[in-house]
Amino acid sequence: MISIEPVAVPGAPLARRNPVAKVAAALVFSFTLLATLDPVAPAIAIAVELAVLPLFGVRYRVLARRALPLLLSATGILVTLVLFAADQSGRVLLDVGPVLVSTGVLRTALGLVLRIFAVALPGVIVFATTDPTDLADALIQNAKAPARFAIGALAAFRLVPLLGQEWQMISMARRARGVDAGRNPVAKLRLFTSTAFALLVGAIRRGTRLAVAMDARGFDGDTPRTVARRQRFGLADALLIAGSAALAGAALTTSVLLGTFRPLIG
Amino acid sequence: MVGGGVLLRGFGWRHAGRRAWALRGVDLRVEAGERVLLLGPSGAGKSTLLSALAGLLPDDSGEQEGTVEIDGLDPRKARERVGIVFQDPQSQLVMARSGDDVAFGLENRGVPTEEIWPRVDEALRRVGFPYPRDRSTAALSGGEQQRLALAGALALRPGLLLLDEPTANLDPDGAALVRGAVAGALDADTTLILVEHRVAEALPLVDRVVVLEPGGGVRADGTPDAVFAAHGAALAAEGVWVPGHPIAPRRATATPGDVLLTADRLGLPSRLGPTDLAVRAGEALAVRGPNGAGKSTLALLLGGLLKPGTGRVTASVELAGADHRTPPHRWRAPALARRIGSVFQDPEHQFVTGTVFDELALGPRRTGQPEATVRETTTELLDRLRLTRLAAANPYTLSGGEARRLSVATALATAPRLLICDEPTFGQDRRTWRELVDLFADLRDAGHGVVTVTHDLDFVAAVADRTVTLERG
Repeated sequence: MISIEPVAVPGAPLARRNPVAKVAAALVFSFTLLATLDPVAPAIAIAVELAVLPLFGVRYRVLARRALPLLLSATGILVTLVLFAADQSGRVLLDVGPVLVSTGVLRTALGLVLRIFAVALPGVIVFATTDPTDLADALIQNAKAPARFAIGALAAFRLVPLLGQEWQMISMARRARGVDAGRNPVAKLRLFTSTAFALLVGAIRRGTRLAVAMDARGFDGDTPRTVARRQRFGLADALLIAGSAALAGAALTTSVLLGTFRPLIG
Repeated sequence: MVGGGVLLRGFGWRHAGRRAWALRGVDLRVEAGERVLLLGPSGAGKSTLLSALAGLLPDDSGEQEGTVEIDGLDPRKARERVGIVFQDPQSQLVMARSGDDVAFGLENRGVPTEEIWPRVDEALRRVGFPYPRDRSTAALSGGEQQRLALAGALALRPGLLLLDEPTANLDPDGAALVRGAVAGALDADTTLILVEHRVAEALPLVDRVVVLEPGGGVRADGTPDAVFAAHGAALAAEGVWVPGHPIAPRRATATPGDVLLTADRLGLPSRLGPTDLAVRAGEALAVRGPNGAGKSTLALLLGGLLKPGTGRVTASVELAGADHRTPPHRWRAPALARRIGSVFQDPEHQFVTGTVFDELALGPRRTGQPEATVRETTTELLDRLRLTRLAAANPYTLSGGEARRLSVATALATAPRLLICDEPTFGQDRRTWRELVDLFADLRDAGHGVVTVTHDLDFVAAVADRTVTLERG
């Protein structure tokens, strides 16, 4: 099941910040960290991210669950790099048959995994603490995004959980019609493709009906839209972005001072 | 907003790319405050007329004849005076929270922020919405969602309210909720035009009936009594649910035969409690029960499409031959299709191919019948279910009644001994309904087992030999 509901404890000081400010803070933090290839700056960044987590009202256990796909891909990268990297510099740690593990490759792999986490976690935290409706409102009111785009995307987003149920229904309906793939991988692929196509056709038809219903309520009108839910962008929101930039900068500075900084370019 | 008078003069509309006119030669005047039930056989252009009145037919999407005016204005310029509620609740709610959804239209119309929430609350109160504003729209039942959609339309204070079969996708309780909301929520001076083929239920809401002629023009126009006295029988034959034209039940002609399928303590946690039942050959069994009792889940379990969570489904030797020791959900699909046919609530889920003919031929081909037999079976089914002229059409372009007939026909194409249908009569016109009754009765009398999961009491009365009622939880 695709989970899109926010999980934060309501009223946590940073979770309550303006959604646009949260997204901006996450982007600033992540992009700053992309500047270096060393493992130290990302490690500091992760420590910072985990330290501020309670301020966002997210429990560590919840974050771990949300970040599970990230964890799996990181493990995959770690294993692949360690076992198959061509660059085997440094001291050899393990040499069993074809498997050769050296300190050099271990350092590169660890650095990469830390970077993935450091860069991706801010996004995970923001979306775990932000209601999609609030985000759309803030995008329109504070970031001047077109309402047609933001509300349209929000309405489409609301239909996403339905897709899982639809997929199951279509698959069962096909079985009832005598269509299954058995163990044949080619037939499996064809069945998957045709089920996906049926799902797409259904989604487009529903989307079209939704668009008509939205226009019937004046969504395509010329009248300037008003807003039912005010999103405010205040000093605290600006401070969140500034604080995020400062902390990311501090992580980079520490790395430079320790002599581990390896710029992405140059 | 006051007003909401409608004037059509020789109005016609042809959708771009279509040869036939959806609607033609319609002359009609509806005064502000009138309550009109718009009738006509399937394909008479009722929905097209509502779309035109709602200003939802853009200039470039087709060709127009004659004129249509709302309070003297082109409907595309009178959009603020018109509200419309469609059939499908899922595809007309926009927002995640109920109050936000009602506010959506008010925001679009530029209503000042401080006025929005009082108007939202008023609209929710008028339709009798029982929850707070922040109730998730996904957590509402179909009837509640339609009430919310109605509140969204009413919050804009339309002079003219258009309802396009707002209860067709709902069970009887949900439909009653929506009709109650319409009856209670309308201002005295709001014009109402309602499309609904369950006439008896709609009559308390209207004081005038207009019947469209499929070839073009208006066939009848007047008070309900006058219109049905003059045209009732003809309308009933064409599929309109005219009150006072009952359909004769089809009782079984023989006693039921051997057991085909048995359920022992069959269930699925959180969806269906342990259930016992047996289905016999030559028997039509109806499964009833409130929403959430797990009727659809039971149909899927019996149909071998879901793995039971508790208990088991056992097929008899009569149904499955040597395979009777294996539970149906583990049969290969072609074997399953030969023995148990399943008809889903939404016909479109079942369509796999690009034409009606291929759709019917698919099952027989998958079960390995020779091409000559496939052709014979398919042609016969096309004829029997009045689909012959649509053989080359794409299944997704069919009308509701045609799609339903096709979905039943596809399940019959592999000649299964047992047929399981989930709400086959939902939203069907009287003609299709009667054909389904006859078809199921014929199957039963030929020795097939028929299981129907349904809310439709008339259908149960017309064809079921036995009823099983599920309890909630």
